[in-house]
Amino acid sequence: MGFISKMLLKDKVCIITGATRGIGLAMTRFFAEQGAWVFVNGRDESQVQAVVTQINSDGGKADAFVCDVADPESVKNAFKLFLSKSKKLDVLINNAGILDDALIGMVSPAQIERTFGVNTYSVIYMSQYASRIMSRNKSGSIVNMTSIIGTNGNCGQAVYGGSKAAVIGITKSLAKELASTNIRVNAIAPGFIDTDMARSIPDSVFETRVSSIAMKRIGQPGEIASVAAFLSSDLAAYVTGQVIGVDGGMLI
Amino acid sequence: MSQDILVQCFVEALGVQAPVVVDSLKYNSIAQWDSVAHMTLIAMLEEKFDLMLDTDDIIDMSSVAKAKEILSKYGVHF
Repeated sequence: MGFISKMLLKDKVCIITGATRGIGLAMTRFFAEQGAWVFVNGRDESQVQAVVTQINSDGGKADAFVCDVADPESVKNAFKLFLSKSKKLDVLINNAGILDDALIGMVSPAQIERTFGVNTYSVIYMSQYASRIMSRNKSGSIVNMTSIIGTNGNCGQAVYGGSKAAVIGITKSLAKELASTNIRVNAIAPGFIDTDMARSIPDSVFETRVSSIAMKRIGQPGEIASVAAFLSSDLAAYVTGQVIGVDGGMLI
Repeated sequence: MSQDILVQCFVEALGVQAPVVVDSLKYNSIAQWDSVAHMTLIAMLEEKFDLMLDTDDIIDMSSVAKAKEILSKYGVHF
């Protein structure tokens, strides 16, 4: 018998938050290529629909999951709509995030609330509903996006770093709490990744960042997507409570 | 019908016999109805009655009688 080519995520139902651009979009496309039915999250319905239409026209399977992940009422309504389309959920990728840097003396309460709302509270809101649906089948995988800033910290990023460090605590706690229902919970800590945000910084800062990476290059969104797909797949059936650094050996 | 489904959810989620599932049965009053079993119960109720409970209602579901009262809000009739 020869080797059989198999799609990693065939027939898995996945929700990916912050899926209309950057790393989230790369994950959405890769997951669809790997056979997943992807529910594309974003706040802007037209942007979400554009991604859904593109994936479906490319032969994948996608649906919209429009909500503000920082708003529990919005999340609840999105899950109600989701349940009208699918009665099972295999994978949740908590990817949505914002970056709003400021030195500690210049951080506003509104900035703290918004950053923690999108980066941290959303992980709890989404996981609450997702884990209940996953527990029906005693199976599931939740992948949370943290950051190298959450593990190592960085100047001017106390709020962002704090919000991402909290995601690690949530990940490790949920991994223990949900293990009995065979729901795995892991996190990915990307380093410097080639997104619009990374390309918007000054050239000198960009070069300094790249020089701090052992592999001497910026990471690609697809390199995060492949690790997320692994953690979401049955290949990682015995992996839970882990934080996987995907940073090319970056030092901060 | 709804009563039978409700009782069956408690039986399976808590691992108790059907006669134990009476209106006066309260959360944490027996070893089997702990927080882990409670979440299993919630998932089963949501699946069997095809609804999604608010977090406040999950917290408030402190007895069988209260479960019926809460489920009634979602259109389940006993």
